[in-house]
Amino acid sequence: MITGDQLQLRVAAIRDISPTLRLVRFENAGDGPLPPSATGAHLQVVLQGAQKEIRNAYSLISKPGSRDAYEIIVRRVPESRGGSAYIHEQLKTGDLLTTSWPGNLFAPQRSARKHIMVAGGIGITPFLSYVADFAGKGIDYELHLCCREEEKDSFAPWLPEPDKVFVHWDADGHRLDIPALLLRQPANSHLYVCGPDFLTNDVLEAAETGGWPDNHVHCERFGNALSGGEAFRAVLQRSGKEIEVGEHESLLEAIEREGVEVPCLCRGGACGVCLTSVLDGEPEHRDHYLGKAERAGGKHIMPCVSRAKSGLLVLDL
Amino acid sequence: MTILFKPDETYRGDYTYRNSDAAILRFPFPFPEDSYMYSVNIEPHVRGGFTPVYNNPIDVDEHYIAECRDRAITLERDPGRYAALPHMMTAQWDSIELLMECLSSDYPELFSLHKDGDRWTWINRPLGIEQSFTFGKEDTLPCEPFEYITRQIQGDFAILDQRNGSLYLDAGMVTAQADWSLQFDVGMDFMEWHGPVPLAHQAGVFERALKYLLMLRQGQPMRRLNWTMTVNPRLDTSPETYPEWGPDRTTLTLDNIGRKLHLRVELQTLWRLPRSNAILFPLRGYLASLDELVRVPKWGRRLHRVLSTLPRELAEYKGLVRFLPTALEYLSTYDDGAPTTSGCAAEISSL
Ligand code: FES
Repeated sequence: MITGDQLQLRVAAIRDISPTLRLVRFENAGDGPLPPSATGAHLQVVLQGAQKEIRNAYSLISKPGSRDAYEIIVRRVPESRGGSAYIHEQLKTGDLLTTSWPGNLFAPQRSARKHIMVAGGIGITPFLSYVADFAGKGIDYELHLCCREEEKDSFAPWLPEPDKVFVHWDADGHRLDIPALLLRQPANSHLYVCGPDFLTNDVLEAAETGGWPDNHVHCERFGNALSGGEAFRAVLQRSGKEIEVGEHESLLEAIEREGVEVPCLCRGGACGVCLTSVLDGEPEHRDHYLGKAERAGGKHIMPCVSRAKSGLLVLDL
Repeated sequence: MTILFKPDETYRGDYTYRNSDAAILRFPFPFPEDSYMYSVNIEPHVRGGFTPVYNNPIDVDEHYIAECRDRAITLERDPGRYAALPHMMTAQWDSIELLMECLSSDYPELFSLHKDGDRWTWINRPLGIEQSFTFGKEDTLPCEPFEYITRQIQGDFAILDQRNGSLYLDAGMVTAQADWSLQFDVGMDFMEWHGPVPLAHQAGVFERALKYLLMLRQGQPMRRLNWTMTVNPRLDTSPETYPEWGPDRTTLTLDNIGRKLHLRVELQTLWRLPRSNAILFPLRGYLASLDELVRVPKWGRRLHRVLSTLPRELAEYKGLVRFLPTALEYLSTYDDGAPTTSGCAAEISSL
């Protein structure tokens, strides 16, 4: 398999690794080996929910280069928009799913002298492929996991070099001192963070205060942590359609429901691929892609995450 | 379809390189209109198109054996034409996997790849090579993996590392330079190596191209055509060998220009590599002399018209100024003023 954009996968195994964490193993339902998985890569999975199609991106935890199977770990989220609940409640071994090819918005920087990874809870998943890649190659790294105490051993089977992994939880003597961590790193270290917004923001702030160059600091935010919001309407000017964007769906999902195609990749406001022109109305920007000036200009929107401040948006679609 | 190789033709010395009729007809002629227009002609590298060159993601043609030999000669004289920075080893293995799989699945009669876990056996019949090695173990190959596989494929190759929001040329096999690679230097960034192109730069084309390339997806390669003209079918036009080919430019006359002057079309493709997240950048050149091209009537007319409307800056940039008037005089006899259809296709099936 050399080129393509969609894969048909079969659920080969489902295993609960803790009361809230479920591991899903996929194999190719088509012919031949899968495209090689990558360090930091994710898969966009299409799930057929009861009312609507759900698309979520999950990090591949498989050893980079794996071609026999892909594995993801999905956390049960109480306020799930559907993907997490679907995977924990409905998905069965043998089910067939459509997914994207692996995509990568969070690849390690190969020229780094040392890699410092900070994960919050399930945010460890992209780093499981990092450590699978780095282990045994003499690559210098530290992985810091911040989680609840009872979860501290959940990921042990995927951590081949335990001496390079440090687990932190919310108790005296166990909290992560981010500024101290950043201070003791050699020059040309790269810092990666993946986790809930408060952790990401703390790490980014500490890096800025500590004088880390911007291009040595990398974060992958959870696209699906961005929940919905108030319902609004959108006019798709060129298609001549007016659509209702519900509280629990994204603008992009509402557009796709109407059969209008928007190119997209990360579905999390990071990649910039879904950039759409706004003809009228005021966007509420939730992406990490547009610059300050572009946001203020209000001429563009990333429909995968952003919504409307005004009750109506007119889009060039 | 079996390919009839021409193992003895040369790209230096007596220059016996020629295209068969079939090779002329499949030439990727790059001008879709009668006048010269700059366009960002980047498109998905999918199978099929106006030229059979697009039928397979990596194209092998009748010049395969001779071109690989010419590369070997160049590398023998100057091993520095292959270079890779140490952090590119993962990308090298990504490349060998992609290229061996492309060749063995599209040309099973020429190449085969057997895998037994990490133990791989590669068979290249045209070059008479059989090599077993362990995927991921450098010391099981006679040279670095990227050098190993690019010695066996036509065209130049680069690997671009993606970091700091830009792309860096951190590995390359460059023995068939066109303009882009004259200043080839490992480690240079995207803007540096595209810097000198006139016109295009003004339009901010490269900034946009860069943003676009940073988002290139695994499994969805892109392609574009570039072109220039070269005197004699010579691949090795590096600055170091200038004394061997530089003076050729002054030898063109109306009598010999049809045989000596070649249109050199470069098919550039861009592939996201999986493990390394780098971009593989094959630059495959196709050469045809004016005599060969004018055998396709549409191309004869079109080439005359395009070269007459070429902006001066571009002619200078491509190094055509000295011989352009002679080329136009030669081509004018093949342009009867008849209208042409748009698109690049030859529109004839035999010569
Ligand atoms: S799909 Fe990536 S920003 Fe919207």
